[in-house]
Amino acid sequence: MSPILSVQDLQVTFDVRRPGSWPWTPPRKLHAVGSVSFDLAPGECLGVVGESGSGKSTLARAIVGTVPSSGGKILWEGQDLAAMDSTKRRTHRRDVQMIFQDPLAALNPRMPVGEIIAEPLITHEPNTPRAEVKKRVAALMERVGLLPNLINRYPHEFSGGQCQRIGIARALILKPKLVICDEPVSALDVSVQAQVVNLLMELQRDMGLSMIFIAHDLSVVKHISDKIVVMYLGRVMEQADARALTTVPEHPYTQALISSVPIPDPRREKARKRPVLEGELPSPLSPPSGCVFRTRCPKAQPSCAGDRPAMIDLGSGHRVACPYHEAQQVLAAAI
Amino acid sequence: MRLLEVDNLRVAFRTGDGDVNAVNGVRFGIDKGETLAIVGESGSGKSQTAFAAMGLLAKNGSATGSVTFDGQDLLHLPQKELNRIRSQEIAMIFQDPMTSLNPYMKISEQMIEVLMLHKGMTRHEALDESVKMLDAVRIPDARARITMYPHEFSGGMRQRIMIAMALLCRPRLLIADEPTTALDVTVQAQIMDLLGDIRRDFGTAVILITHDLGVVAGFCDRTLVMYGGQVMEEGPTIDVFEHPSHPYTLGLLKAVPRLDRDDATLATIAGEPPDMSRLPAGCPFSPRCAMVLPQCPTTKAPLEPLGGERRRACHRPVAEVV
Repeated sequence: MSPILSVQDLQVTFDVRRPGSWPWTPPRKLHAVGSVSFDLAPGECLGVVGESGSGKSTLARAIVGTVPSSGGKILWEGQDLAAMDSTKRRTHRRDVQMIFQDPLAALNPRMPVGEIIAEPLITHEPNTPRAEVKKRVAALMERVGLLPNLINRYPHEFSGGQCQRIGIARALILKPKLVICDEPVSALDVSVQAQVVNLLMELQRDMGLSMIFIAHDLSVVKHISDKIVVMYLGRVMEQADARALTTVPEHPYTQALISSVPIPDPRREKARKRPVLEGELPSPLSPPSGCVFRTRCPKAQPSCAGDRPAMIDLGSGHRVACPYHEAQQVLAAAI
Repeated sequence: MRLLEVDNLRVAFRTGDGDVNAVNGVRFGIDKGETLAIVGESGSGKSQTAFAAMGLLAKNGSATGSVTFDGQDLLHLPQKELNRIRSQEIAMIFQDPMTSLNPYMKISEQMIEVLMLHKGMTRHEALDESVKMLDAVRIPDARARITMYPHEFSGGMRQRIMIAMALLCRPRLLIADEPTTALDVTVQAQIMDLLGDIRRDFGTAVILITHDLGVVAGFCDRTLVMYGGQVMEEGPTIDVFEHPSHPYTLGLLKAVPRLDRDDATLATIAGEPPDMSRLPAGCPFSPRCAMVLPQCPTTKAPLEPLGGERRRACHRPVAEVV
């Protein structure tokens, strides 16, 4: 099946001016995303995981088209996003929708819920009769688990989990082909998080949606995704199908990430050996030369400072950006 | 005698919408050098319990009951004596390390101030002691970096500085309120490791307030589960995690996606977190409970011992909670 979205060697850089610098001083370049490539098939869910500053949100924004790419290509249904004319761009915007992290901040506090959900529909299909809009909003509210009689309430009257359901309804009203979820559950409590994750998985299956699920919590990403991309400082470290990546990770960073994730099991947790990473994320304004992870990597060699490590294809979609990669079972399966 | 003993603690806030009862009759204790986790979701009253014990409630809040530290009731102590205990015996670290540090003051000034005021040290002694403490929390090149401002440090480093400041007076109890929630997982692992070392080296008792069950599993001897301002169950961490005796604990443990497991769908707890100004007369969890009994919404289940060191508050017999 041909991919619905194909990202090829995508780069996103931002200009950062030093405060107080002269207007003619060339700005410094911040490489938020550097050479990211992946394909997304229809109905598939891709997880993007990384710590803060890894460029995962910028990647989402570039795919939606709110941040211009500075290199590489984003092919939406085979067409280059940068070369689209305005009509095509319009359909792309319809077909790709987004769900945000802070559910309350993502909703206009002065609009009743019904209007919030209906807004994309009215924008893209202004000729839809009023009654039809109302019917679709009510049906969708019911689908995402909100009582349709709450249609005239305002966002502040809802809890965090309900607000996220509103955000989901707004993203789905146009029947998109791809939904990008940027940390959709990280602001929610555990019990509500499970509800929203289940809802997203159900909707994805029932509506045949493609999904990009961005989060810092590897456990949630693994649960919901078919494939996972691990990012660090704007670069892809490793990508593979969700099971392979979490059971036999190849890249030292993925291994460190997995061993840092706490598991709610006291016996296992106390027995676990952690190769805890030293130090913290370097500044993206002056990333390390060569492999960006080498400053914290337990396996770093002098040669890591040279060229950027090439992506090594290990077959069946497992790719890793480390010449010293080695499969390692970090987590034994639960008994 | 236990180091800290909280008995029948109640915290209420006067608001425009009527009284909000954030904590309703919480009882627990912690021994010297022990680690206790207080686990709960937002609105469970876990943070307010700690704030009340430390006398740090907001202006519209009031606490009743008793909080005994080393034989002294913290809730009825004169301000001066309370300040002495808060500075030298109990320390607290918070979720957001940036807002807890003064952005206008160098780290050295903020740390020296504490030691000069409470320990009567000279500037010079205080500086030496502060550098030593920053070394202890593994801040590289502490001697040089102590003269920097908080914004010059990363989030993880700031949390280390907060921990160093909290330990300056060698407290016997450290209350950590969501200390790693704002940090990345790899940094979280570093900070939890550090807290573990500090507990071992200084013999400090730690109360860890968190919503993250994974962090609790690796760190705490005992666990207290709160919901709607009440204790649902309490016991040794291993027992609570392996054989939860309360439907809420059970639901919570099942709702967490686990990296070491493949679950087709996550078990969920139906409904939404409680509205603290409209709690049911009985068990606060009853509206969401899958094992609710007819008497649950109207009568509170008392917190009763359940063999060993465990206690639980539930009408449903333990054998039926699986």
